[in-house]
Amino acid sequence: MAKLTFKTDNCKGCGLCVDACPKGILIIAADKINKKGHHPAECADMEKCIGCASCAMMCPDCIIKVER
Amino acid sequence: MVVFDKPHALIDVPLHYCPGCTHGIIHRLVAEVIDELGIEGNTIGIAPVGCSVMAYNYFNCDMIEAAHGRAPAVATGVKRADPEHNIVFTYQGDGDLASIGMAETVHAAARNENITVIFINNAIYGMTGGQMAPTSLPGQVTQTSPYGRDVNHCGYPIKVCEMLSKLDGPEYLERVTVDNVKHIRAAKKAIKKAFQNQLDGKGFSLVEVISSCPTNWGMTPKKALEWIESDMIPYYPLGVYKDRTAEKEAE
Repeated sequence: MAKLTFKTDNCKGCGLCVDACPKGILIIAADKINKKGHHPAECADMEKCIGCASCAMMCPDCIIKVER
Repeated sequence: MVVFDKPHALIDVPLHYCPGCTHGIIHRLVAEVIDELGIEGNTIGIAPVGCSVMAYNYFNCDMIEAAHGRAPAVATGVKRADPEHNIVFTYQGDGDLASIGMAETVHAAARNENITVIFINNAIYGMTGGQMAPTSLPGQVTQTSPYGRDVNHCGYPIKVCEMLSKLDGPEYLERVTVDNVKHIRAAKKAIKKAFQNQLDGKGFSLVEVISSCPTNWGMTPKKALEWIESDMIPYYPLGVYKDRTAEKEAE
């Protein structure tokens, strides 16, 4: 099973990972705020993640670690 | 098994760029290439003036901050001081490379200086607040062209790769973009080739990366990437503009 780890405090909530995800399981968490004051990205359904790393490739701030 | 993680050549600090700015992606690609080639200890980067002025905070290799536009000149000196050991790259935006630093760029290319140039083209002056750049598209609205860039008054954009390809000097020129995963993979391949050319002593290699500036374009990060696809790529076609080694092999 694939696993995503987000460095949430470095996230700027740009949403590029959300658009890149082929499974559509990433979201911008509207109910959370990180240190920088952004709504961070997170994975809504880790079970469905295939570990393709598209999100990590698109992330401008390199906050996503992908394990498979 | 780790499939993807931050490369070692990129320091683990938050980047100062705006949300959705693709500078971060290009920083990472350069760092990944430095890791893969195992040249971190010998690499010296030259930072420009522009949004990426603080690139020296992010790369784990030695960095020098050049005067505005003078990165290729500084890189020439660093490379010639110890051509056997120093791997030199410059990281420049369009205001730095195509505007104030045009002379240094053209002459470094004409001399076929054995350096690697990463040129970020986002068609606007980002750091100073979104003024018209030499690479701004015809009709593009910026702070200093509020009715759109009028080519009769402001002239036409400079296509750097096309222009340099007419010189006999440069070894390798390619234009890439980072608007989707497929293009990011191609961009990394081009950057790796640009570094490999330097290791092989082939000469001047420039990779132009079409980049986005969501803040100054006045778009969301997603919309900005779509604008690259719909407006920038038709004006700045992607591809290899010069590859002397391949040309020789073809003959």
